[in-house]
Amino acid sequence: MVNLIWAGMAIIGIVYAMINGTMDEVNEALFEGADEAVTLSIGLISVLVFWLGLMRVAEKAGLLSMLSNLFRPIVTRLFPEIPKDHPAMGYILSNFTANLFGLGNAATPMGIKAMEQMKQLSGSDKASRSMITFLVINTSSLTLIPTTVIAIRMQYDSIAPTEIVGTTILATGFTSLAAILVDRLFYYRRVRKQKK
Amino acid sequence: MSILTTISTWIIPCIILLVLLVATWKKLPTYEIFVEGGKEGVKMAVSLLPFLLGMMVSIAILRGSGALEAFIDLISPVLSVLGIPSDIVPLAIIRPISGTAALGMTTELISTFGPDSFIGRLASTMQGSTDTTLYILTVYFGAVGIRRMGDALKVGLIADFIGIIASIVIVTIVFG
Repeated sequence: MVNLIWAGMAIIGIVYAMINGTMDEVNEALFEGADEAVTLSIGLISVLVFWLGLMRVAEKAGLLSMLSNLFRPIVTRLFPEIPKDHPAMGYILSNFTANLFGLGNAATPMGIKAMEQMKQLSGSDKASRSMITFLVINTSSLTLIPTTVIAIRMQYDSIAPTEIVGTTILATGFTSLAAILVDRLFYYRRVRKQKK
Repeated sequence: MSILTTISTWIIPCIILLVLLVATWKKLPTYEIFVEGGKEGVKMAVSLLPFLLGMMVSIAILRGSGALEAFIDLISPVLSVLGIPSDIVPLAIIRPISGTAALGMTTELISTFGPDSFIGRLASTMQGSTDTTLYILTVYFGAVGIRRMGDALKVGLIADFIGIIASIVIVTIVFG
């Protein structure tokens, strides 16, 4: 599916440019896009190194397993395939916590570690059930304080920059719930298909 | 507001403090462990690069050619019938595809309509309440070398759609 989407976007764009004479813009966008990706990846090094280093210390100090003990009842329900004491749990929880506090750059490294652990569990290059659940929750964005948006609103002289915090939390909660439900639905559909 | 800002500025240093205090108390070689864990970060960022680059170039072509805009113009009327304000449609469509583009659009909407207008509030809520699905899937699956994404993309996009509807309904109810 991702192959189709990837090639599809480029093909549609180029064919559209042929018809509408926007080839110049395409050329420009092409290299700008590549440039942006490199800047982004290089920029990621700083946060990845820092947070992965710190999280390794936290893991060795036993803080990650403490965190997963605390929230175990909820998370074991969400991820029934992951053994209770598995390090993946700790990373999943750190990722969720970082997201909740709006620490997007701390959430990514922990999320990647969680994915690594889950890959070891499944031992294949196909997305496992837990991975899909984990990522779908991530894409629904668990935010308590949307800091970037608040900053933009302040820049444009909002009388109440934080008034959207409530609606954002409500919307996020709703989206996450929907994501979990849709994920379950698709999982049961897969199971049924396999039985046939 | 001041409490919120205080919390967000204190939280990262406090996490660092807690981790280092506990680790030192347990007599762990903190610096060595940090360096060892950090090394992984370099490898990760480098292995991510091709995944990100491929996806971003493809999105850039689609946007640069004007095809994305044309598509948005095409389906805006349909969505307007469903009660989705036409000004917000481009943001709703771009949100799962490109984070930087979405942030740019949100800023633009806020500056044109004002942060305290209905559209401004709606854009703010939408920007904060869902994340860039395509980016997240690319980064996480790319970093650990998962080639078959299964249902992840489908489920993610369906959830995004529900999230957009939820934002509109919630903002309408709360701010009328």
